[in-house]
Amino acid sequence: MEVYKKKNFMGKYIYLVPAVFLMLLFFVWPIILTIYYSFTNLALTGSAASSQEFVGIANYKRMLSDSAVKTSVVTTVIFLIGSVAGQTILGFVIAYLMREKNRIFRRIVGAVVLAAWVMPETVAAICAYTFFTDKGTLNLLLTSGGFGMVSWLFRYPLLSVVLANIWHGTAFSMMVYQSALDNVSGEVAESAMIDGANRLQNLFYITIPIIKDTIMTNTMLITLSTLGTFGMVYTMTSTTVQTLPVFMYIRAFKNYELGYGTAISMLILLIGVIFSIFYVKIQSKDGGK
Amino acid sequence: MNKKRDKIIAYIVLAILAVVFVIPLTWVVLASFDTNATLAVSAPSLTLDNYAQVLTNAANLRSFGNGLLMALGTSIFVVIFAMLAAYPLSRFEMRHKKLFMLSMLFMTSLPITTVMVPVFKIFVSVDLYDNRLGIILFMTASSMPYAIWMMKNFMDAVPLSLEEAAWIDGSGKLNGIIRVVMPLMLPGIFTIAIYTFSGAWGNFFVPFILLSTGEKYPASIMLYQFFGQHTVAYGTLAAYSIAYAMPSVILYVITQKWMSKGFGMSGADKG
Repeated sequence: MEVYKKKNFMGKYIYLVPAVFLMLLFFVWPIILTIYYSFTNLALTGSAASSQEFVGIANYKRMLSDSAVKTSVVTTVIFLIGSVAGQTILGFVIAYLMREKNRIFRRIVGAVVLAAWVMPETVAAICAYTFFTDKGTLNLLLTSGGFGMVSWLFRYPLLSVVLANIWHGTAFSMMVYQSALDNVSGEVAESAMIDGANRLQNLFYITIPIIKDTIMTNTMLITLSTLGTFGMVYTMTSTTVQTLPVFMYIRAFKNYELGYGTAISMLILLIGVIFSIFYVKIQSKDGGK
Repeated sequence: MNKKRDKIIAYIVLAILAVVFVIPLTWVVLASFDTNATLAVSAPSLTLDNYAQVLTNAANLRSFGNGLLMALGTSIFVVIFAMLAAYPLSRFEMRHKKLFMLSMLFMTSLPITTVMVPVFKIFVSVDLYDNRLGIILFMTASSMPYAIWMMKNFMDAVPLSLEEAAWIDGSGKLNGIIRVVMPLMLPGIFTIAIYTFSGAWGNFFVPFILLSTGEKYPASIMLYQFFGQHTVAYGTLAAYSIAYAMPSVILYVITQKWMSKGFGMSGADKG
């Protein structure tokens, strides 16, 4: 390390130039512009297209009184909580049950869950669509089982998208929990068993507390990636389910209200920040014990 | 006794879950071999006609070519730039290094969806809109944060002493990276490259916003349009989906091979 410090003090920064340049231009600058545009009436057509004006907090005021925004926020939060809870719980259950099972059986179950995850977003959305649609596989199963047909995508579009998203994403949580559970030593659980703890007590009082940090980190990662989901929702339901990214797309690129669209983007970021603070709070609170 | 019963229950629950997970996939696989496919699962007549039709159609092939160009271009740029950026971050003492790495982490978790309006505006004004190179540049920029993060970790695992030995033998720094550091972190480089490739190959939103000419569309957009047509030939739709998903599946299997081999390079530092 000593050799490095003396030689080429400036030289080391050269290596960072291409990466930093690209990130500043296409990532950092757009973030700054998002904030700026949200205070303007930027539009693609009409008079505001040629001369955008600073309009202060008009876009934000408009969002507060726009009932479509409220609906979209509620939809987004349900979509988020449903997807995240579903993926983490199901992923954990699969990882937990898979311990100490037959190797071939584990492989098959793992491969099936992973297959849904490896698919590109659009393909997963099409699979889910054909599963839920009126003449789709789910209704075929229901009718051949003697039940009535249900128009899932029409009557329960949000539920269908949440289930599809859980199906598509669970493998990630499963893998995270598998490696976390592998590191939990069997001895702790064994000694608890000797002390008379049953399996469920063991799970909730020993295993889960040990891998708690992994659970929180994983939950946060999934929340943030689910928040930005567009392709899955849009391909499956077009504009029936308007989570904030879909709503932003419609306002900005279909109605050409770019300024208002960026204000919606800011709302997406705000929700991300709120969830992040929530997770960090929980983590640091329990870490202090 | 209880233990045995619990085990059987676990097997049953897992088997049911596996069946539930596999059902939505069954349609796309079966329909791809069935020229008369409908929206529900049905036993196919097993033909490869759908694939023949998909893979001989010029527009389809072009969309795969476009997707390949964008995904490959992005992963090559990402690997080169992340490699260069990770080098000083891993090897030198730098001011604000921690801050830099933290902002990389922050940018990794930022939903790309939220910056698309300004990106669109910038692309229109600098003439990168509806340009495949533009897509590559943007996807490279948005993949950099996590790539730098991972690349630095992989590079930290390569012992400095090996590199110093190369300098003593008269190699320059860049030469040292290429001849000594790179070969030792090859598994890591491949992991990042494949991860980036799959991300770009599957990306829907970025080309959806930034491209407007059908001839430039990658497979993700082509599939979406194909799906959106009202009189859809489901068999070919399914075959296209499978063909499009294949690279992601194969690359995933390859990374698993790479990762399971581990990074058994520590021995090189000893002798």
